[in-house]
Amino acid sequence: MTAFEIRLHGRGGQGVVTAAELLSVAAFLDGHEAQAFPSFGSERMGAPVTSFCRISSTPIRTHEPVSRPHAVVVADATLLHHVDVFGGLRAPGFVLINSVRTPAELGLGDLVEQMGESQIRCVPATDLARRHVGRPLPNVCLLGALAALTGQVTRDSLESAVHERFPERIATANVVALDAAYAHVRSPEATHA
Amino acid sequence: MREQLEGSRAVAETIGRCRVQVVPAYPITPQTHIVEAVGAMAKDGTLPGCEFITVESEFAAMSAAIGAAAAGARTYTATASQGLLYMAEALFNASGLGMPIVMTVANRAIGAPINIWNDHSDAMSQRDCGWIQLYAESNQAAADLHVVAFRLAEALNVPAMVCMDGFLLTHAFEPIEVPDAALVDRFLPHRRPQQQLDPDDPVTIGAMVGPEAFAEVRYLAHSQLRRAEEVHAGLAAEWTSLTGRDVAALAPYRLEGADTVVVALGSVTGTLQDVLDERADGTGLLNLRLYRPFPNAAVREALAGARRVIVVERAFAPGAGGVVSADVQCALAGTDVEVSTVVAGLGGRPVTTAALHGMLDAAAAGYLPRFDFLDLDRPLVERELAHLRGGAS
Repeated sequence: MTAFEIRLHGRGGQGVVTAAELLSVAAFLDGHEAQAFPSFGSERMGAPVTSFCRISSTPIRTHEPVSRPHAVVVADATLLHHVDVFGGLRAPGFVLINSVRTPAELGLGDLVEQMGESQIRCVPATDLARRHVGRPLPNVCLLGALAALTGQVTRDSLESAVHERFPERIATANVVALDAAYAHVRSPEATHA
Repeated sequence: MREQLEGSRAVAETIGRCRVQVVPAYPITPQTHIVEAVGAMAKDGTLPGCEFITVESEFAAMSAAIGAAAAGARTYTATASQGLLYMAEALFNASGLGMPIVMTVANRAIGAPINIWNDHSDAMSQRDCGWIQLYAESNQAAADLHVVAFRLAEALNVPAMVCMDGFLLTHAFEPIEVPDAALVDRFLPHRRPQQQLDPDDPVTIGAMVGPEAFAEVRYLAHSQLRRAEEVHAGLAAEWTSLTGRDVAALAPYRLEGADTVVVALGSVTGTLQDVLDERADGTGLLNLRLYRPFPNAAVREALAGARRVIVVERAFAPGAGGVVSADVQCALAGTDVEVSTVVAGLGGRPVTTAALHGMLDAAAAGYLPRFDFLDLDRPLVERELAHLRGGAS
């Protein structure tokens, strides 16, 4: 009930279910209680998918979906106009969007004003993944950005979770991408070039 | 060691540590990651002496499981939803023949309309097939209950289902302690069948029984299943002394002196615990882990002090009402405890904290009907009912 709750929105194939799992493993490695689970729609590439993660200092007993998130991650900006991704978002909450554009350019100027600039960020996760992993899979990048934005998990535990999950070569490349996204949120100007 | 694992993975590793010998499974939807992981472990040599048999249907899976168990093997399989229904005929044979098979049911809805999501309609539809039914509220409970289920089933020659909520538990990553291998070996010795098929010493299992003895055979099966409550209690106490973890038939929460008690099965009881903590208004919870055999006397004792009981059901009996509620009402016969039924979370509808608060608020204000659906879109159903009535006249 003191849990920090995260809701991730993406499309089938973007890895948001895996992202929630990795996030829960990282939080667990940090010494927290954690829970992750997906909300499947029709199981096909491109369909909207939602996943959830709770991080808490006490055991998590509830199994209801996250309806009042402290943080929302949007892995595909085209969902902004189709799914109520910000529904129930707590104040002051966090928003992280996978996009090369700025929140204002995505038409979220009002939300920026309401939440404050430091709470809502865009990160070019697909580009970073393509550059460092060679595949347009934004999920691990977004976790690096989320760690930088919210401080809810450590970068080192994310690295361990990624290594636990993937074969060495893929894990190493993903950690480079994760670090790039982490750095992007910490100092966006430095990584824009 | 505590790990952050997917529920299905944790159950698969537990099944491996139970030293299963035969796992016949239909690997296609509706299925879980459990048999996928068990199959991979059988293939890569992690489970020496385990034969994984890929079959052509759930009916074949249960039939092969019966054969394997009759030959003396510790036998396991898993299914869900329509897959369980397709097994139905063989389920009755497994219990009638006294085969101590253990099966995970990853609870899901039954179509039509087609729906892949979680509720308890599958397992509840097979309530009377003569199997023990255990329900897990968490992945930890699911893993622990599987170990207990093997020993319970083999002690009584009665098959056992361990029911865990599909998706909500099977696909959830939670911290869990997979029961330690040495500890499982201590608790669960190799199976010693009282009777087994052996070409060198042929016997017949499952001969025809006519009217002169059929009722007696069924009576004996009923008696054996009833015994499972007492045997389970002993095993649960032993498991708790080894692990410190509770797998008892009933798990009370804030029950002492409670005016209103919610009775429920499965993962919704976790959400309910949060709700009751928030209210702290003298509402209690009774989590039923053992549903078949139904622990009549224990349920009566646990609930007799309450004024009102609300059974939150993840399935229902169309044309009648609640399923679990009927058992609870029988257990409370002769008392003046008021029993209401609330059908919740059908076909994957989330059972939310807010909706459960609404239910308890309505109960406290005296507005809760004796039979209700949680979160029902009432204007929509009223509109449709009006159309149907109009069409009929």
